[in-house]
Amino acid sequence: MDRFIFLTFDGLSRGAVYAAFALSLVLIWRAARIVNFAQGAMAVATAYAGYSVATATGSYWLGFAVALVGGLLLGAGVERVVMRFVDHSSPLNGVVVALGLVLVIQAVLGMIYGNEFRPAGAPFSRDAFVVGGVALLSRFDLWVFAAVIAVVALLVLLFTRTAVGLRMRAAAFAPDVSRLLGVNVGGMLTLGWALAAAVGSLAGMLVIPTELGLHPNAMDIVFVSAFTAAVVGGLDSAIGAVVGGVIVGLLLSYVSGYLGATVAPIAVLVLLLVVLLGRPGGLFGSVKARAA
Amino acid sequence: MTALLEVKGLTAGYGAAPVLHDIDLSIEQGQIVAVMGANGAGKTTLLRTLSGLVKPTSGEIRLDGADLRTTKVEQMVRRGIAHVPEGRGVVTELTVDENLRLGGLWRSDKADARKALDEVYELFEPLARRKRHPGHQLSGGERQMLALGRALIGRPRLMLLDEPSLGLAPRVIAQIMALLRDLRNSTGMTVLLVEQNVRSALSIADIGVVMSLGRVVTRNDAATLRTDDELRHAYLGF
Repeated sequence: MDRFIFLTFDGLSRGAVYAAFALSLVLIWRAARIVNFAQGAMAVATAYAGYSVATATGSYWLGFAVALVGGLLLGAGVERVVMRFVDHSSPLNGVVVALGLVLVIQAVLGMIYGNEFRPAGAPFSRDAFVVGGVALLSRFDLWVFAAVIAVVALLVLLFTRTAVGLRMRAAAFAPDVSRLLGVNVGGMLTLGWALAAAVGSLAGMLVIPTELGLHPNAMDIVFVSAFTAAVVGGLDSAIGAVVGGVIVGLLLSYVSGYLGATVAPIAVLVLLLVVLLGRPGGLFGSVKARAA
Repeated sequence: MTALLEVKGLTAGYGAAPVLHDIDLSIEQGQIVAVMGANGAGKTTLLRTLSGLVKPTSGEIRLDGADLRTTKVEQMVRRGIAHVPEGRGVVTELTVDENLRLGGLWRSDKADARKALDEVYELFEPLARRKRHPGHQLSGGERQMLALGRALIGRPRLMLLDEPSLGLAPRVIAQIMALLRDLRNSTGMTVLLVEQNVRSALSIADIGVVMSLGRVVTRNDAATLRTDDELRHAYLGF
């Protein structure tokens, strides 16, 4: 039972990170109907920038801020410089370009920083509080929960309570109609990419200290889990991303705890397969068929 | 009277092949002009060119004398042009209230935008009852009300309406047409109405324009067109 409780808490804290990362995929999907396979590599790039600043200045939080702002800029840049010029008549075009971006970003990071793991410190202790002999959560885990809950709350407020959020949603659903109503649709698309990449950077800063450290490929496995979380949730739904993230986090924790860590990646792929076969729209996917 | 909208020698289309050929059109302030013609006559393309969604290859478009050809689509609404597209353009994923507020986001006069929103809810009582409903739950008539209401929040000088009667019951069409005439009478708004439903369109229009294969073939008083048997048989099919 102790083990089960431990694994549950471990799964929840992993799940929170997957949820944040899945959310970044959902944001881009909703804005541009592209699954951004480069999200992981982009997050790693901004994490490198963040840790470089943190090392140079001695301030983790300055580095953290640099990573998030770097995410905003990188996201906007990728949309303005690359994605805007992709012919989106076939959905595969965007995917192939995103995969190309992964190769470019990882190669550039390898050239600048080298292809070895670099230490990535955490801003809070990762030693878990022990309650009744069971290691539950660390201060870092609490920080992860707080950060993810805050970003979800901010996004919900942005999309449901602000004029910019309304413009962004309208521009994504009906670009021509939105332009006729005075909405700068191109600007909203750039903003969507910027926000999504910043959320991806946040997820990177939350997950990299819990893994082996900084490496150009540091987010590859995380991406698979977060992508699964997003698909489980329905790709279209922010709530779905959070629920999907928690499901994937718990699954990974239980499977690696009871069956061994080597089985865990296979479990994620099995989950992805089951969802795609049984409920291709995901748990919270919107109904595609509409009345005229 | 001087023309509010002046179109001269307008040629436009998609890709290399023009859909519109050498269109001349002049609309005076406060007129209701009905553009009629068969499928493929270029009616929708005419509206899309006027609101900037399609770029003209040659010719002039002037609103109150000011050139509109270089105006961006998202700026048209600030010039006083409201375009209600075919299929009504309701954003079905957004609620009724969100759709309506979207129509006023560009306005700097927030107080008047709120006032206009209240007026629309008063004008279209069914919308007020369904504020929180997503657009896809609305009936065809309600969607037309929503699209019209959303355009009205911008207090446009020129309303471009693409097939407002499409798919609606005759009773609803009559209501919409009567409403357009009332709005024109009360606000002085100018209306350019594209319609396949010729009877309805001519019932409220001052001027009728008949298009065929991308050209204007006739422009006359609506009253004259209603009784012109030859024209009706040739182009309008009734």
